[in-house]
Amino acid sequence: MPVEDLKKQQFRLLKTLVYRLYSFSPFYHDRMKAAGVHPDDINTLEDVRKLPFMYKRDLRDNYPDHIFTATQDELVRYHVSSGTTGKPTVVGYTRKDLDNWTTALARSLTACGLGRGDVIQVAYGYGLFTGGLGMHYGAERIGATVVPASVGNTERQIELMQDLHVTAIACTPSYLIHLGETAAKMGVSIKDDTSLRVGVLGAEPWSEEMRRRIQDELGIRAYDIYGTSELSGPMFTECSEQNGIHIWGDLALIEIVDPETGRVLGPNERGELTITILQKEAFPMIRYRTGDITVMYDGVCACGRTHPRIGRISGRVDDMLIIRGINVFPSQVEHTLMGIPEVGQHFQIVVDRKGSLDTMLVRVELSPEAFSDKISDIMSIRQKVGAILRSSLNISPGVELVEPGTLPRYEGKAKIVIDRRKI
Amino acid sequence: MMDTQDYIIRQVSIFSENRPGRLAAIAKAMQEEGINIFAFSIAEAKGFGVVRALVDRPEDAHRKLTEMGFMVSFTDVIAVSMRDQPGGLYEIAKMLGDAEINIEYSYAYSGRDAAVLILRVDQVDEAINLISAHGGELLKAGMFS
Repeated sequence: MPVEDLKKQQFRLLKTLVYRLYSFSPFYHDRMKAAGVHPDDINTLEDVRKLPFMYKRDLRDNYPDHIFTATQDELVRYHVSSGTTGKPTVVGYTRKDLDNWTTALARSLTACGLGRGDVIQVAYGYGLFTGGLGMHYGAERIGATVVPASVGNTERQIELMQDLHVTAIACTPSYLIHLGETAAKMGVSIKDDTSLRVGVLGAEPWSEEMRRRIQDELGIRAYDIYGTSELSGPMFTECSEQNGIHIWGDLALIEIVDPETGRVLGPNERGELTITILQKEAFPMIRYRTGDITVMYDGVCACGRTHPRIGRISGRVDDMLIIRGINVFPSQVEHTLMGIPEVGQHFQIVVDRKGSLDTMLVRVELSPEAFSDKISDIMSIRQKVGAILRSSLNISPGVELVEPGTLPRYEGKAKIVIDRRKI
Repeated sequence: MMDTQDYIIRQVSIFSENRPGRLAAIAKAMQEEGINIFAFSIAEAKGFGVVRALVDRPEDAHRKLTEMGFMVSFTDVIAVSMRDQPGGLYEIAKMLGDAEINIEYSYAYSGRDAAVLILRVDQVDEAINLISAHGGELLKAGMFS
């Protein structure tokens, strides 16, 4: 589709969306009123800039479903992701929402050179996390055969890969490296002993160096994928050019903005990715500030697709951590620790990469009142803290109890995360 | 019935991260305060440990270490004089075991006159009565100050 036609389509969809939300969504109606903008003011695609931004905190403040514009009987699925404190983010989907999400991924997987005849091992988590089920339906849509392996049990994953002649895998890049290393220990070479030829990798930050390493060592093509649960889930990938992630223009309208001022930036200027999902029924998103830092590329891709492209995500606006594909906010850790009387309020998060897998250690001060002379009592406090953190973060952090007063106290903007990973 | 209180000794317990220099810091503080350490032990777990000590002035030790930022508590223990020859430990351990008194932890030191066993048990009064009834020699708390 020529760029101009795509833009016309985007404008039509935007106009429809704004009218619909102004009329039917109390949340967006109030937002637009407060910003002094009426649907009649949206007369060009660039007029999207008149609309107010939406932030992660808006999702928390409207937990669980106050922003939804579909009734419960219209919803066919929920996914749940981590919030910044206490409450998670709940995303509801109508049948049409699932269909659009699946369409986005079907196009993306096709752009990665996959289709009928391919066997795709989905090694993202199935469940409340969007990665597993999202990839699953996208892969089925293109007629590929899905191996819904989910996460964990690496040796079995390798066995399945060999026995079912898997040609593509979807997982985090660090997990694929771990899988390659485990295979080598088992005497299996992914390059020579399997049919694997494509990796669709994301849900955590990675680099061109990691791509080169994966491609060389495993003998595959590795593609970057982008998406967040607020948008639906993983949706967009690179094409065979490996030169930017295509954002399907009829589904999403993207802007790159200055994270400080909100000013819209031009092509190749680095800023915060802001997305309007143009066709979403249950959980509409207008100018959602993703917190992800990237650039928008100029010009049309060599593959011929006119859909806009973004570069690799290079960082975060906030202090969100991504550990084994799971989003973790230090504020969540703080909130959780505050509810445990045996430990103090000061803490530190140490993130590292052991081999190819991320580890997270939470260091927290033992409360003097909780100090017992018995080692077993202290061990059970540590176990308790670990269990509570695990259930609220969905990952298993290590816990270290330290002497009171020994963790650094920070004034103003706290820097409580030590990230030793080299990506 | 004897007064068991006379035999309950206040042990100082200190939480310590498992890193170099922590014991030195504790020992230096005791030296500066002129506090004598009769016996001590370190119980270690992954990443942390508990230093337990019998000292001549437990209150002063508690105050000083707390001032320094250490997490300190008092724990009631008893001290038994053992025969310093084969079977000495067995006698005491068997006596407590037969009476279903559990030893939570224990450490020993070789005193001037005899070997001394420090015991943290789940039933302190019962243990004191039992040991003395069997002719065992318990050290009085006053001997440590």
